[in-house]
Amino acid sequence: MPYRSLYPRDLFAELDRLQRDMQQAFELSPSIRGLGRGGFPAINVGSSPNSVEIYAFAPGVDPTAIEAQIEKGVLTIAGERKPDLPGKDEKATVHIDERYAGRFRRVVSLPEDIDPAAVQARYRDGVLHISIQRRQAAQPRRITIE
Amino acid sequence: MSESNVASKAEAAHSEAALLPPVDVFEDASGITLYADLPGVPRDKLILQVESDTLTIEGEVNLDTPAGMEASHAEVSLPRYRRVFTLSKELDSEKVSAELKNGVLRLRIPKAEHAQPRRIEVRVE
Repeated sequence: MPYRSLYPRDLFAELDRLQRDMQQAFELSPSIRGLGRGGFPAINVGSSPNSVEIYAFAPGVDPTAIEAQIEKGVLTIAGERKPDLPGKDEKATVHIDERYAGRFRRVVSLPEDIDPAAVQARYRDGVLHISIQRRQAAQPRRITIE
Repeated sequence: MSESNVASKAEAAHSEAALLPPVDVFEDASGITLYADLPGVPRDKLILQVESDTLTIEGEVNLDTPAGMEASHAEVSLPRYRRVFTLSKELDSEKVSAELKNGVLRLRIPKAEHAQPRRIEVRVE
């Protein structure tokens, strides 16, 4: 489903989006997973020396119905968001319809040094926070000089 | 209920930059219902304000980030949401009710008593 910029900020952000759309249309070899932006849920990724942190902004989703899995170094987050808008038979007029509804699925490729067994996932205030530990051996170690 | 782009632009110019949260708005006979996506905003960081006929929704994102974390990819690039709407005069801004659950804000703005629809009786003579 083509989806408008999730959090349009201002004219410049919209122009930026337009530019990306143009690139997507004309670039001959885009990334195999597309540009990845503008989908639902929006994703932020951060890394620290000990872990990789993924934040999926998925408000209004039943946390028990979110499927998150790591397979071959790729994290997949999938689920469904039910529409809040009234059905066609109800006597209501829809004025603005911007929020995403329907099934969603997003993938994030993870660095090679993560430990798929040490994963923590929490859902709070509409944000799914997945924290994956890096393997001990991969953590930078200070070498003592004798 | 119309979005006041002019007001929000003017406001954004002299306050901090914020993201525009996506909303759903629908109207039935007794009022208007608004849903806004504000993921990451806890209850105490949500500010709802009705000033004369202007409704402002503002929220601050609060994520628990471990020490030493560096962002490598950010689609939610600012820690703040803001959106401003102009209410029309048949809405009763005194009786707005709000609920925040799982990062979704639900606002209900009832219509004033006198603005409730009334069936007009047609008399046949």
